[in-house]
Amino acid sequence: MSVYINKDTKVLVQGITGSTALFHTKQMLEYGTKIVAGVTPGKGGTEVEGVPVFNTVEDAVKATGANVSVIYVPAPFAADAILEAVEAELDMAICITEHIPVLDMVKVKRYMEGKNTRLVGPNCPGVITPDECKIGIMPGYIHKKGHVGVVSRSGTLTYEATHQLSEEGIGQSTAVGIGGDPVNGTNFIDVLQAFNEDEDTYAVVMIGEIGGTAEEEAAEWVKANMTKPVVGFIGGQTAPEGKRMGHAGAIISGGKGTAADKIKAMNAAGIEVADTPSVIGETLIKVIKEKGLYDACKTH
Amino acid sequence: MNIHEYQGKELLRQYGVAVSYGTVAFSPEEAVKAAKELSTDVVVVKAQIHAGGRGKAGGVKIAKNLDEVRAYAKELLGKVLVTHQTGPEGKEIKRLLIEEGSDIKKEYYIGLVLDRQTSRVTLMGSEEGGVDIEEVSENTPEKIFKEVIDPVIGLTGFQARRMAFNMNIPPKLVNKAAKFMLGLYTVFIEKDASIVEINPLVETGDGDILALDAKFDFDENALYRHKDIVELRDFDEEDSKEIEASKHDLSYISLDGNIGCMVNGAGLAMATMDTINYYGGTPANFLDVGGGATAEKVTEAFKIILSDKNVKGIFVNIFGGIMKCDIIAEGVIQAAKEVSLDVPLVVRLEGTNVEIGKKLLNESGLNIVAAGTMADGAKQIVELVG
Repeated sequence: MSVYINKDTKVLVQGITGSTALFHTKQMLEYGTKIVAGVTPGKGGTEVEGVPVFNTVEDAVKATGANVSVIYVPAPFAADAILEAVEAELDMAICITEHIPVLDMVKVKRYMEGKNTRLVGPNCPGVITPDECKIGIMPGYIHKKGHVGVVSRSGTLTYEATHQLSEEGIGQSTAVGIGGDPVNGTNFIDVLQAFNEDEDTYAVVMIGEIGGTAEEEAAEWVKANMTKPVVGFIGGQTAPEGKRMGHAGAIISGGKGTAADKIKAMNAAGIEVADTPSVIGETLIKVIKEKGLYDACKTH
Repeated sequence: MNIHEYQGKELLRQYGVAVSYGTVAFSPEEAVKAAKELSTDVVVVKAQIHAGGRGKAGGVKIAKNLDEVRAYAKELLGKVLVTHQTGPEGKEIKRLLIEEGSDIKKEYYIGLVLDRQTSRVTLMGSEEGGVDIEEVSENTPEKIFKEVIDPVIGLTGFQARRMAFNMNIPPKLVNKAAKFMLGLYTVFIEKDASIVEINPLVETGDGDILALDAKFDFDENALYRHKDIVELRDFDEEDSKEIEASKHDLSYISLDGNIGCMVNGAGLAMATMDTINYYGGTPANFLDVGGGATAEKVTEAFKIILSDKNVKGIFVNIFGGIMKCDIIAEGVIQAAKEVSLDVPLVVRLEGTNVEIGKKLLNESGLNIVAAGTMADGAKQIVELVG
């Protein structure tokens, strides 16, 4: 088992003919992801990498039964691409695109209320269930199939953590990048809940960063509901107030959103937080050993 | 992106939002000329820098006649103003706003921000204006009111009136205040602002409600659709290295340490700074070269890092996923040669084609220390910088 995506997931690539999308479509296909369709308005009827291209998401879904979309559409048009995926009632839309205007996302979130589609991102690396399905831009080879769930606001920092786990023989059930924007779809709590309910996930790594209060809210939720061990890391412990650290959402303002506040809230919820990113793997291993889960998590 | 107070007020005026009248001046002569055109005897001379706390720091002067306007303009222009938001180095005053004096009866606070918890734009107001709103929220949170705005409907009349009543604006001025808020919301949405703060919003002796100050911040991701806002950018207010970085699509933030950092990905870049700090060093910058960095981009990144005279060593930390390690290695070698690098360089590469990348670095004949892990790299650069 896994969360959100698996070997049966039928993937649709929105903006498939763009150069980034093409590159990653190839990578995903090589990994074994079932890409059944692509969408680029005006390119309907053509084919790329053996994948049929359609003019609209609706056409693509009708013809192929795609149930998850991945969006590589440029920022000015990305919000519209999300709306199109939601309207077509896909199970999930994973938006990789960064630099989407935040007020566009405010409208998207409002439109999505009461709708069936789950949005992951924007500005995220995607979702991967190792050996089954890779959707996004993460390097596939650093992952290993297993039982630790990974959820993160950052891309390369997630690779860092996942790589450490794999090197230590600790595989992952699913890794979910929720993205670094202030307004996003799926949040920490959604993913933690999914991991909590997934019988194949035994422990979770949660990687946050400065800005907002999502980690504090997640910590509260963990304290009240989580039955599995969670370890964490918060990036930006040394970032000064008022400076936006690359991600639109990573900014400390008015003394709120500091790493210290987040670590305090996580510790209070029983989440062990790694001092440095280099020891995220070690910290997890220590905790699962204490809980007697190490042997179960170790991939042989 | 921030703009100056006078630019913010001009923008508000375009949307029919009441502001005090004034003109920008770049010299004492222009200041006097601007003051002559005003209808009041009392004139306010205000330093225009991108930072709050100007009043307390002596950047706002009340002139009773034209001689005083000239004297204050002379005094302020060229002066370095240090406020609680500028940092100890302060900011040089290059522009002044020459404005009509207002008969202030009461000061309020009004602002619009994005609330991340609700993913909605939120109107915030308080009868405690003219002071630091963060202090109000700390000490008397009950005096701050919020209206969460549905993006489909926009700010409604009743929400604006409810806010005005909550702020204890006199009942006969509530409609004026509501009109102000509705106009403010329209500007916010149409120009893709990320923050608008009017502090203070004032009630005048003759029963007007107007903005005495205006602070705007705009969503950088939306600037592509607002050419008029882009034109308001004042490069004097920004770090020259940050400007240079933005030209090459690099995300760079100047910090005050001595270890230059070059990393791919914002999260990893922050974590690299944290790791350097953990081993006793201090980062000179945050630098995210992004997902699709080329050799040229890496070279530009090196040049920017080295233009900071405090830099005593550089740590390159790349987790190549989309970006291949051999490409990065080539970029690092090319850049090191081009800028004739004379400070220690530690490179940690991981990811796609890592072996080819490491080989390239080792065979380059350059003095590059290859690190195995992020922690190892951070430790080494801290030791080398000393």
